[in-house]
Amino acid sequence: MDSNLNFIFGHLPYWLFIILMLSGLFIVVSRGNLIKKIVGLNIFQTSVFMFYISIGKMKGGTAPILLDKSANNAAVIYSNPLPHVLILTAIVVGIATTALGLALIIKIREEYDTVEEDDIQKMDQNDLKKYNKKNVMET
Amino acid sequence: MASEIKQGTLELVNHLPILQVITPMLIAPILVVLNNKTLSWLLSFVGALACLFISILLIQAVSDGSILTYYLGGWVPPIGIEYRIDAVSAILLFLISIISAIVLIFSYSSLHAEIPEEKHTLFYSCFLLCLTGLLGVVATADIFNVFVFLEISSLSTYVLVAQGAFLDRRALSASFNYLIMGTIGATFFVIGIGYIYMATGSLNMMDIAERVNQFGDNRTIQAGFAFIVVGMGLKLAMVPLHVWLPNAYTFAPTVVTCFLAATATKVALYVLIRFVFSVFNYEDIFVNELFFLLLMPLAVIAMIAASVIAIFKQNLKKLLAYSSLAQIGYMLLGLSLMSQKGLASSLVHMVNHGFTKAALFMSLGAFMLNTKNVYIKSLSGLGKSMPFTSAAFVIGGLSLIGVPGTAGFISKWLLLEAALETGYWLVAILIIASSLFAVIYVWKIIEVLYFSESSESYNEVSVLTLMPIWILALFCIFLGINTSLTVDVAIMATEILFK
Repeated sequence: MDSNLNFIFGHLPYWLFIILMLSGLFIVVSRGNLIKKIVGLNIFQTSVFMFYISIGKMKGGTAPILLDKSANNAAVIYSNPLPHVLILTAIVVGIATTALGLALIIKIREEYDTVEEDDIQKMDQNDLKKYNKKNVMET
Repeated sequence: MASEIKQGTLELVNHLPILQVITPMLIAPILVVLNNKTLSWLLSFVGALACLFISILLIQAVSDGSILTYYLGGWVPPIGIEYRIDAVSAILLFLISIISAIVLIFSYSSLHAEIPEEKHTLFYSCFLLCLTGLLGVVATADIFNVFVFLEISSLSTYVLVAQGAFLDRRALSASFNYLIMGTIGATFFVIGIGYIYMATGSLNMMDIAERVNQFGDNRTIQAGFAFIVVGMGLKLAMVPLHVWLPNAYTFAPTVVTCFLAATATKVALYVLIRFVFSVFNYEDIFVNELFFLLLMPLAVIAMIAASVIAIFKQNLKKLLAYSSLAQIGYMLLGLSLMSQKGLASSLVHMVNHGFTKAALFMSLGAFMLNTKNVYIKSLSGLGKSMPFTSAAFVIGGLSLIGVPGTAGFISKWLLLEAALETGYWLVAILIIASSLFAVIYVWKIIEVLYFSESSESYNEVSVLTLMPIWILALFCIFLGINTSLTVDVAIMATEILFK
């Protein structure tokens, strides 16, 4: 029992990563509202950021800053800075994706006057019936 | 391996790997600053030609089996980022560069009909960024860098697809769905990279490959590989994850569809090949079982199901998009056979299908310049009024089916040989069945083009529009007759991968 608890609490960041990741993915798949989809996508991406940062953490490690150049720093325990740097890049990519997604939603709302996926699909199907008869694409 | 690495010298050949990637990247912001649509077309065309020139030089440099590396900023890997060009990446770089150059010739005439003029400059700079991303994915040997370039190309692709909204507002939701699916795929890919980094502590492909071998059976690495396969499966439209592709191809402007169909999915497949062979151990039981039990059935389903669906489509862009899914199935099948010949067929089919599908989509775009839509009925009788475009379409269609003398035949023949060699008789029969379905849907279009009366008469499109179409059509024939450029390089590439 004790070892089980240790396993659960010892890997707390990973459990949180899994919970956040799955809830984010679930929101993306299950919600019909486009904005909510983007929010879900953000949660999904954020979970990955958390995962990366937790793999860089060392127990009792400090920030990886060289304080004394002359001294021997081999004994200093520090967190691995590389995952942080990687995730900085991933955050930028995530922001760009969110911005582009929101811009697309604005355009979609201008054209369809709704941000619900079901309504958009219905309108598209109506369009298809109308234009298929005329056999012309919208010009 | 006869790899000669001369870092830090000013010889041009040592800097080709980086020049290949940054040439379009540097031109893209210049276009925005100049803000002139003719000039931006000219500059992007020049940029694409420069890329093509560099990629030809690179093929020459690596065609003897050597490997060209470049250390970014002089930092030695595994600490620094490394660009690494071998025969496999050289083929892909050549395909991407030449398709982008040809597509840009076509865009000069077709873009006016599909995108409002004030957006042309931004369109071209987005196009160049997409090109940068695709080239970067292929050139780099750093797995996180692969993700960054993948997202550069994907983000600009979403923008390019959404530009179809000027003609049809459905392009917006197609682009949005692509964004959601593409980002989920990319995030899965990052999780996979995270697992690999967690287990091996490295991001350089060669370095990881060495460390992975020491681990043997490691659950973390296997999970990472599974995540990468799913992520790339989304990007390359592996069958159950393909939902974004038909709509994105249908509603994007023709130029974008040509470019994407010929390059984007192939680059994702290239990443998968790289990871299987250069990062993981392809002899590993886990990798083999994953490909045999999961990817091979999915590839076969894609080949058959997508071809059958394509037969019933009235919108020809959608028809060709479904046929692309089937062709991706062929490539995936070649890879999942896990034999040298299978992989060679996969690589050759990437190039051949790139030219074939680009020729088909482009001639469809030329029809669309006249008919204003791509429904099958409106093409009736165009064989008489637009003889040159129709002829190019027929050549592309024959190559898609795999008629002897065209590019498609070479790669399908290789794939059949590979399937028979490994003893998968049923798979070989299904390959032929899928080709027969291709005969049906290509014939359906040819029948409408040549054997039905036209209600309206159109003029043939201009020479400038015909030129890129015919360059692609001639490539379809050339690659079917002269196989030294594709098959020989591909076989050498597989020897490097199966070392």
